[in-house]
Amino acid sequence: MSTATAQKKGFGATLWDYLTTVDHKKIAILYLVAGGIFFLAGGLEAMLIRIQLAVPDNDFVSAGLYNQLITMHGTTMIFLAAMPLIFALMNIAVPLQIGARDVAFPFLNSLGFWLFFFGGVLLNVSWFTGGAPDAGWTAYAPLSTTSPGHGVDYYVMGLQISGAGTLIGGINFLVTIVNMRAPGMTYMRMPLFTWTAFVTSVLILFAFPALTVGLFLMMFDRMFGANFFDPQMGGNHVIWEHLFWIFGHPEVYILVLPIFGLFSDIISTFSKKRLFGYSAMVFAVVLIGFLGFMVWAHHMFTTGLGPVANSIFAIATMAIAVPTGIKIFNWIFTMWGGSIRMTTPMLWTVAFIPSFTLGGFGGVMLAAAAADYQYHDTYFVVAHFHYVIVGGVVFGVFAGLHYWWPKFFGTMLSEKLGKLAFWPFFIGFHLTFFIQHFLGLMGMPRRYWKFLPNQDLDLGNLVSTIGAFLMAIGAVIFLINVIVTSVKGEKVSGDPWDGRTLEWSIPSPPPFYNFTQTPLVRGLDPLWIEKRQGNGKMTPAEPLGDIHMPNNSFIPFVMSLGLFIAGFGFIYQVDDKNWLIVGIAGMLITLGSMFVRSVKDDLGYHIHKEDLEKGAGSE
Amino acid sequence: MSSDQLQRLKPGQSPHEPEKATLEGKNKFLGFWFFLGGETVLFASLFGTYLALNGPESNTSGPGPAELFGLELVFIMTVILLTSSLTSVYAIYHMKNLDFGKMQLWLGITVALGLTFLGLEIYEFYEYVMHEDHTFTSDAFGSAFYALVGFHGGHVLFGLLWIVTLMVRNSKRGLNLYNAPKFYIASLYWHFIDVVWVFIFTVVYLMGKLGG
Repeated sequence: MSTATAQKKGFGATLWDYLTTVDHKKIAILYLVAGGIFFLAGGLEAMLIRIQLAVPDNDFVSAGLYNQLITMHGTTMIFLAAMPLIFALMNIAVPLQIGARDVAFPFLNSLGFWLFFFGGVLLNVSWFTGGAPDAGWTAYAPLSTTSPGHGVDYYVMGLQISGAGTLIGGINFLVTIVNMRAPGMTYMRMPLFTWTAFVTSVLILFAFPALTVGLFLMMFDRMFGANFFDPQMGGNHVIWEHLFWIFGHPEVYILVLPIFGLFSDIISTFSKKRLFGYSAMVFAVVLIGFLGFMVWAHHMFTTGLGPVANSIFAIATMAIAVPTGIKIFNWIFTMWGGSIRMTTPMLWTVAFIPSFTLGGFGGVMLAAAAADYQYHDTYFVVAHFHYVIVGGVVFGVFAGLHYWWPKFFGTMLSEKLGKLAFWPFFIGFHLTFFIQHFLGLMGMPRRYWKFLPNQDLDLGNLVSTIGAFLMAIGAVIFLINVIVTSVKGEKVSGDPWDGRTLEWSIPSPPPFYNFTQTPLVRGLDPLWIEKRQGNGKMTPAEPLGDIHMPNNSFIPFVMSLGLFIAGFGFIYQVDDKNWLIVGIAGMLITLGSMFVRSVKDDLGYHIHKEDLEKGAGSE
Repeated sequence: MSSDQLQRLKPGQSPHEPEKATLEGKNKFLGFWFFLGGETVLFASLFGTYLALNGPESNTSGPGPAELFGLELVFIMTVILLTSSLTSVYAIYHMKNLDFGKMQLWLGITVALGLTFLGLEIYEFYEYVMHEDHTFTSDAFGSAFYALVGFHGGHVLFGLLWIVTLMVRNSKRGLNLYNAPKFYIASLYWHFIDVVWVFIFTVVYLMGKLGG
């Protein structure tokens, strides 16, 4: 494995390559494909929900199935679609933006992906084994602890496994950003996307363990006879609410912060201007990240924590509007006077600003604790969080995919089809969710299977369903765009957008070692500086030399597979203790893989200087 | 770097901090500190749960904390675990002087003390379950107690397996730049377990005795 050679590979070899890869760009593609598939599954569930609610008193799906659909829609979209798609973007861009050859822990990067993947698969297996989880994506006790069947057990095990993967990914990006920056890439020269990836990783690190504990307690209650959430045995189900939201509220910032950073980069690139108020933007991101941990109980205003707690959490929540406002204004000021190009990424970005701001308004309204007694568990809440998550995260993922598609695959998504996908999705989005604010204010509760006719809810729900179909059309056009682009396979240059940051200084797709020579960074927007003041190319910070690369490994796959198997064992030992053997066997596979990883030396290999000169790895 | 990293280091040679001499070592060092930050939240959540469930209303069957806990045993356990933290400091001191033999010796003492602690903890749990009717499923207090203290015990077990694996794996080839970070972060983990125990001793046992 000392010499790198580029050669055409068969399907089996390619598959093996992806199963064992530790290259951040290939892992990004894995996250993209897996996240994309789960996004389609979650979207399908959303469509079934909207069909059921299209007309009053509908019997399209049964009540039990409806509960499973809303639970799986929420869980899938947050944990299995939004998270991995964010990780896909972070994996493709962060190492390139800071001038690194890979992440700090390539092996853990792969492990993080496979844990997420097997957790997601485990969760979705529940559809075929007697019913999916049906206690809502928040899985409040005692509804979740008393839910019959194994649905909620799958929720607990699936999220536990995929959550471990996310935590590993977060630590990996933290160390990467602290230790792997190219010479001259100081913290205050990092692109905003890297900054937000950093803050998001901090949030992952401190938020996910709370979910881990919550899921453990739920697992102990449901599967091993513990009594954490059973008041009759001295338990207290409010503990679950706290643990869930101590994780759950930072989670929404985990999702949206990288998108904020991505939009900052896009706006700067397509306005041909340095980002307005760079340091204020960094400050705002850090402040949002910090405040994000101080507000979890605003999800629990009606739980009965008392007026003092409610007031404190209400004010902390409203305070987040300030740094968010800083960001909104700075984006607008960046565009102000810029030479704007309305490319597809920019179109999604410009659409994001008012959409997300509307979501923010709803958020401030919900933050008023007294008024929240009226909004709580109505469609007003549904409208609010879809405005911030779809209007923020989903718009952002579309923008990011169009923007970085060249770095993923070396091709460009069609601009024409990109814009054609945008309009139905954008219009459909507002059609679906804007009217839900009013449905909520009129008293329509969320999570109800059906509504009755002639209560002024008929028209609003029909409009909402029509909007959902428009969104589906937009998503399908995007898929067609992906297929058309891959079939055409037209290669593009390294810098198709006239970019400003380091990822555009290398070919598309980048060679597997990214940078032949580590670049020297001379300021914010390093490539732009070289374009204006230098020869348009990055100055190398080191002479051409051997490059050290990590070895591929199949261990992450096996380690995650072990937990996947153990998950089934733990779920079914409730019915039959013999299943414990399966659980233990799975754990042994995982621990054995960890043991092998620990005792086997893995030193990586070198690409030699002479091979680099001959152009190894570049396509 | 790579294969140079496997060269055996001997006392008197440089570097003085072999755990941070390579980029991989630095990454492991920093990454593990971050991981311990996450672990802190994990134990904080367990402590929060325990504090919510250790009152008389959660103690629906069996004795409460004040009658249940005996401070003598727990005090001995605390002394043993704190001493094991000290011995692991000696081990790392010798690692920094590149003295592999002494490092192994002190790690061995650390493992022996850790095993003693674990044995005493198992004995403690055995007494509670067999003679005091204080089990994981008896009431919410029991669940919270075993979840918190048991998670810590699980960490001790994992730490012991980890350190023993490293000691056996490297017994023949000695210390080098590749395995020095591994020893170092294992010792960080061991210190973390110790710190958590100090809180368990205070919050669970001492306050349990006081609060009744």
